[in-house]
Amino acid sequence: MDDHHHGPAKGLSRWLFTTNHKDIGTMYLWFSFSMFFLGGFFAMIIRAELFQPGMQLIEPAFFNQMTTLHGLIMVFGAIMPSFVGLANWMIPLMIGAPDMALPRMNNWSFWILPPAFLLLASTLFMEGGAPAAGWTFYAPLSTTYAAPSVTYFIFCIHVLGLSSIMGSINIIATVMNMRAPGMTYMKMPLFVWTWLITAFLLVAVMPVLAGAVTMMLMDVHFGTSFFSAAGGGDPVLFQHIFWFFGHPEVYIIILPAFGVVSQIIPAFSRKRLFGYDSMVYATASIAFLSFIVWAHHMYTVGMPIAGELFFMYATMLIAVPTGVKVFNWISTMWRGALSFETPMLFSIGFLVLFTIGGFTGLMLSIAPADFQYHDSYFVVAHFHYVMVAGAVFSMTAAIYFWLPKWCGRMYNETMGKTHFWISFVGFNLAFFPQHFVGLAGMPRRIPDYALQFADFNMMSSIGAFVYGASQLLFLYNVVATIVAGEQVSDEKVWDGAEGLEWTLPTPVPYHTFETPPLVR
Amino acid sequence: MGFKAKQLCKLALGPVLLFMSVSAMAAGGEASSMNMTPGVTELGREIYDLHMIILWICVAIGVAVFGVMFYSIIFHRKSRGVTPATFHESTTVEIAWTVVPFFILIAMAVPATTTLLTLYDTDDAELDILITGYQWKWKYEYLNEEGENVSFFSNLRTPQAEIYNDESKGEYYLLEVDEPLVLPVNTKVRFLVTANDVIHSWWVPALAVKRDAIPGFINETWARPTEQGIYRGQCSELCGKSHGFMPIVVNVVSKEQYGQWIAAKQTEASEVKQLTSQDFTLDELMVRGESVYDTSCLACHGGKGEGGVGNAIAGSPVATGDVNAHLEIGINGVPGTSMQAFGGQLSDVDMAAVITYQRNAFGNNMGDSLQPVDVYNYKKG
Repeated sequence: MDDHHHGPAKGLSRWLFTTNHKDIGTMYLWFSFSMFFLGGFFAMIIRAELFQPGMQLIEPAFFNQMTTLHGLIMVFGAIMPSFVGLANWMIPLMIGAPDMALPRMNNWSFWILPPAFLLLASTLFMEGGAPAAGWTFYAPLSTTYAAPSVTYFIFCIHVLGLSSIMGSINIIATVMNMRAPGMTYMKMPLFVWTWLITAFLLVAVMPVLAGAVTMMLMDVHFGTSFFSAAGGGDPVLFQHIFWFFGHPEVYIIILPAFGVVSQIIPAFSRKRLFGYDSMVYATASIAFLSFIVWAHHMYTVGMPIAGELFFMYATMLIAVPTGVKVFNWISTMWRGALSFETPMLFSIGFLVLFTIGGFTGLMLSIAPADFQYHDSYFVVAHFHYVMVAGAVFSMTAAIYFWLPKWCGRMYNETMGKTHFWISFVGFNLAFFPQHFVGLAGMPRRIPDYALQFADFNMMSSIGAFVYGASQLLFLYNVVATIVAGEQVSDEKVWDGAEGLEWTLPTPVPYHTFETPPLVR
Repeated sequence: MGFKAKQLCKLALGPVLLFMSVSAMAAGGEASSMNMTPGVTELGREIYDLHMIILWICVAIGVAVFGVMFYSIIFHRKSRGVTPATFHESTTVEIAWTVVPFFILIAMAVPATTTLLTLYDTDDAELDILITGYQWKWKYEYLNEEGENVSFFSNLRTPQAEIYNDESKGEYYLLEVDEPLVLPVNTKVRFLVTANDVIHSWWVPALAVKRDAIPGFINETWARPTEQGIYRGQCSELCGKSHGFMPIVVNVVSKEQYGQWIAAKQTEASEVKQLTSQDFTLDELMVRGESVYDTSCLACHGGKGEGGVGNAIAGSPVATGDVNAHLEIGINGVPGTSMQAFGGQLSDVDMAAVITYQRNAFGNNMGDSLQPVDVYNYKKG
């Protein structure tokens, strides 16, 4: 029975061959953290160029490579893997399972990621440069008119898709089969629920993205004309396929974030989550609706009016379950006993800013008005409120919340709160003015702009630098905590925290729940 | 280029106040630097009203929701020694906040639907204009004017020196073109929008028009400007390197001025036809060729022919090789690369001039020249 209690292997092989969900989760988190800094570095280059009108630092062609890589790396390299990492760490702990259901596949789904991103980053040094058609890579700009590096990009997307699909299958199998006795579906923590639904979304749409890039590959190398009208194809077909993946994708990013704040807000309100059942149903409704709204990204492509109306009504409907979630979180806080440690601050920051992003989303859903908003900075502002203040803020909250549990050391609270306030101010300074320039007529993805947009762009750049710099403080805090943070040994690191993970010793041992706990 | 102190103060006062000041500014009617323009069309004003209604509904909901939240944050703090309540569900409340938003959405959907129907109604247009997006310029063709066909390209006029900060930037930096689209006032104009290479999008905020220009397909949209004036817009779909450098300028003039303008353009078109049969000296071709080069070639091949997206012209085997091979590339482009076919974009005179220019500038002293008639004959085969 000795091998049941062995610790981690030594050296590099521990990480290379590990099948331990905690090790794999840790690797996912560090990998996504490093991608967050790489994508952030590209964002800093973009904002530096946009600091003033005129071309100062980089050339327009390189600017397009930067916006493209920034988007791809943040979406596929930073946000998605970070939540997969969190799922790896937390789902087994939350449902009382000893590990993930498919540990060897788990190892694979992580280890194919770094080579894929190495490949993507290497396109920067190729002749013709990196892909430059935006993270949405619309054909034919991304096919006939693309640099040769597009082939490497396609391969990278295939590998990422493979990784996501394996990761999702693993999560589905784990949640369905490995719950502790008594842990019924409607007793699962909301984070587990949101990830289960997210995993189904991933399994459904990643193959669609793979199909889209395969069709691109065919168009580029094998003489087909899927996306070229000259050969009987249709460039708009690409957009339909892309957004059939792309819209569920944004919920893939945000649903786990919903799950995280649904764990943290009750903990620091010292009060049970309000409306658990309706939270589950709202999540499922959002997931369902996400499949029938894709063309609201394409109001200006010239769809028939019937299609336009359908997608407008369906999109507006999303406001209902999303509203339910926001109301539930606020009702959870209502008459609780609130305290404002860093995870709670980031969760409240999420709540406020995500709701603003939701409002602009509702505005964007109104098709006739979208003819003015579409492809302007208003859209850029909208999705950064949802992606950064939504997904990234909640991920940050999650790290502060669970890091003490993972490593048995407490982060520096003052530094954490400082990180929050600098992030909050920097973020809003960066992205709030973008609503204004967008409404006033500034298109997105331009390397230079007319003079009337200058003041707000300068503000935006300063805000972006502040937000970017505050992440270095975060990195420092995390490293300092792991290396030399104050030791904690309480099982419940936070007095209001509920759930199976808080019944384990702190720090969490290498192997947990070898005998399943009994859930009442 | 510092901050305007006023704007900084506004930012400090928070989002809600900002939106209020936005609407106050926009109520004045002039184009705002912070809000959507109502523009100069009936449809534009309708869209603007819709935008403001939805915005205010969102602000109202936001004030209510955040009000409750901040009340909780202030009064339900652990540090005030409160005991947390234990309630965690209420079917009544949950039904209410599912159903009420639903009705708010219906209230929004009604005006949105009517406006959308108007936006799609391209019937009874008095003038048709075909807009074609090219990397990186727009082509306008007036389809149903009698007489000579009027069509022209509209290129960015801002000099490279301003973009690269060697000269101070003019008032309409990046929003100025060599030849604007001219429209008659109070006339329903139907725009047929397409593209030659990649997807572009034709956006003029003041006309409330944005339509994707898709190669191989033609989209329809329309506008009926009710005020004379110059309105500016930009390409709004990423279309490659110079996506940010293909602005749109629309000059809305009186119907009389429009009539005179179209007549002048028709005369000009027939003159260019006549020029094709004339012979030019090398110097004449070089002067004309330089200006054609600057608008059509420079973006890719560089101001000194040093290359960039495109190959270098200086010392290139094409520009110093067989003149017909050179002309072939100019007319038909190089398929599968960003070198476009310019045969349909440049007149025979301009094509002859620019080929001659490339062969005799940037240190390429070939000494040979092309005449328009050579281009004409080459195209004929």
